[in-house]
Amino acid sequence: MKIPILYNLRSLKERPVSTLTTAAGMALVVAVFVAMMALANGFRSALVKSGSPNNAMVLRKGANAEMYSGIARSTASTIAGMPFVARGPDNQPLSSPEVFVVIGADRLTGGMANLVVRGVSPKAMQVRQDLEIVAGRDLRSGASEVLVGEKIVDRFANTGIGETMSFGGRDWTVVGHFSARGAAFESEIWAENEQVMPVFRGEVFQSVTFRMADPASFDGVKQQLEEDPRLFLDVFRENEFYQNQSVILTFILNFIAVFIAGVMAIGAVFGAINTMYAAVSSRAPEIAVLLTLGFKPGNVLSSFLIEAVFIALIGGAMGCILTLPINGLVTSTTNWNSFSEVAFAFRVTPALLLTGMIFAAIMGFLGGFFPALKAARQPVIVALRQG
Amino acid sequence: MKFMRLIWVNLLRNKRRTILTVLSVAVALFLFTTLRSVVTALDAVSEVGSEARLITRSATGITFPLPQSYFERLRAQEGVQSVSWANWFGGIYVNESNFFAQLAIDHETYLAMYPEMAIPDDQRQAFLNERTAVLVGRGLMERFGWTLDQNVTLQGTIFPGDWEFTIRAVYVPDDPSFGDQLFFFHYDYLYEGVNGNIIPGWYVIQLDDPAAAPAAIDRIDRMFENSSSPTKTETEKAFNAGFVTMWGNIGFLVKAIGTAVFFAILLVAANTMMMAGRERIGENAVLKTLGFQDGLLFRLVLAESLLITLLGGALGVFGSKLMFGPGNPVNSFIQGFEVEWSTVILGLVIATLLGMISGIVPAWQAMRLPVIQALRRVA
Repeated sequence: MKIPILYNLRSLKERPVSTLTTAAGMALVVAVFVAMMALANGFRSALVKSGSPNNAMVLRKGANAEMYSGIARSTASTIAGMPFVARGPDNQPLSSPEVFVVIGADRLTGGMANLVVRGVSPKAMQVRQDLEIVAGRDLRSGASEVLVGEKIVDRFANTGIGETMSFGGRDWTVVGHFSARGAAFESEIWAENEQVMPVFRGEVFQSVTFRMADPASFDGVKQQLEEDPRLFLDVFRENEFYQNQSVILTFILNFIAVFIAGVMAIGAVFGAINTMYAAVSSRAPEIAVLLTLGFKPGNVLSSFLIEAVFIALIGGAMGCILTLPINGLVTSTTNWNSFSEVAFAFRVTPALLLTGMIFAAIMGFLGGFFPALKAARQPVIVALRQG
Repeated sequence: MKFMRLIWVNLLRNKRRTILTVLSVAVALFLFTTLRSVVTALDAVSEVGSEARLITRSATGITFPLPQSYFERLRAQEGVQSVSWANWFGGIYVNESNFFAQLAIDHETYLAMYPEMAIPDDQRQAFLNERTAVLVGRGLMERFGWTLDQNVTLQGTIFPGDWEFTIRAVYVPDDPSFGDQLFFFHYDYLYEGVNGNIIPGWYVIQLDDPAAAPAAIDRIDRMFENSSSPTKTETEKAFNAGFVTMWGNIGFLVKAIGTAVFFAILLVAANTMMMAGRERIGENAVLKTLGFQDGLLFRLVLAESLLITLLGGALGVFGSKLMFGPGNPVNSFIQGFEVEWSTVILGLVIATLLGMISGIVPAWQAMRLPVIQALRRVA
């Protein structure tokens, strides 16, 4: 027969201080774990969201980043004329040859950063469907105007609508702010490609992004473009291109999260072992009574394990609650692949919280196992005598 | 201290608990010292650059090169001892995960400017004399198991194609924060490979006198202000510091985690001391009856708590000091990553603090213990 859980709950109430300190210790471990994972999650998600599986992105062969690439105007026209490029309602190809430059800028909060200035074609917003102008208006062709990504507004100087940014030896009026559902584009400055091209690198684009008429045929598209000796190109699915940029840093951040939380967890588990041993030895007579009443040692074992896991889950819940306020908090780092600032929000997801709770439960289990075993193996006579 | 034995016996009465608590303090302090070393290493990188050297780069952004003609104009400046330049190569060695920095340098002027790199004389000559020669940091040699005179091929990203090099020299930095993971080769080789289609990425300027730096910076940037390529000049130190800030607010992150670690372990240690205190109510009452003063009991409990956290602290702090000594493998990710003595001392201070705080409540309780009531419980 199982020992009622109520017994454990009442026991916990008997020694609230040690229950709470143990739980609070675990809460901090879970909080650090969830917060670090939320950081990795946010960074990954910003890059994963950049780019759609329906789009193909073209760079010069061997250039593994846009910054290093160069695509001639004639090549860009050739690509736009290909039959596998989707067309808009006006029957124009949905292709955006883009100029990509990285300019130096100072964060208002201090520190140096590099911002992407992307010169886009008027079709860019149609090629990338998740983009939306949230304030102001779109670029006017031929004008020295810029759109500023939502995540850099307020974090860099002169990003308000109507203000003037100076780079590339020219002044640019900010006419709008855009969002991209959290994607890395939100950390970029967009202007018209024909305006950006002459002031920076001359007659060359860095990349061409186009919508595929049939996204399923990507492999064929890739093969056709890459094998054309006149073009000298590498072709990526747009989402995969950005996803690849997130791999290394996401790995590092996850590793740090697991390392730090793992080491902290060792300390917390030792604390839990202490607490549970103390609980077991102070309740030796009780346990003896339970055994005398006919509860099996297995019941005692599981009862104490449940108690330990329960303490850990209280801690886990506290830890999860602690991390909720950081959800959505914007921070930034440098995407070393593009050598530019990428701002992203901490993402505390339900799945992450669940992972945190599981982590807590494991700590509780590890902390409770040996004390529970001791309780179950208690020689009844000796224990009863203590009482 | 004549009561040392009493404290020791008290610690040993529940060996398991003492050991577990000591170990949990140890892992916490291990984590703390390791994390803090990341910050000190990054700070050291910010500090390593010379204040007598200036870096002049394009005001537009670091990826924009500067005209070749600037070389002579910079050299003609008052107070300038010598000028050199470098370019970022950005090649891939075998695959992308093997990242390391490769710089094409104006070799003669550059090496003369960096006495920080210790290079054997014969190797230095060999590097200078051969167009495809490279100078590699010792750490990088070890990382890839390279040997002197070995050929290395890099796949160009900015400059397409496969590039062949021969390792002719190895340097050892005089300060680990300078980094031993760099790969230098001749700018001339790059220049030829791209048919002269390249200009310097940035200039390095050696000043006669570091005190003249602010004036020189101002003069240089004003000289090019209205040209097609305006410049941004900084001391090398400021330039390096700027790079570190590109990672984002690591200092804050580490502080936040460090605080959480501190409190998590404080809770564990405090809980242990309270359990110990509870167990010993009777004994303490007996001690008091024997004539032990309140103050002495207070100090005894506190000393016990301090002993636990200091034992654990020493274990964790010196453990990480041993593990992350000079030349540890983390160095290839973070230049000069090493547990400094200041971190060791700080770790021990924190361990002391942990012991004080976690011992204070039980110590207070022991001191204020009403003897009669407590003795009644013993009986």
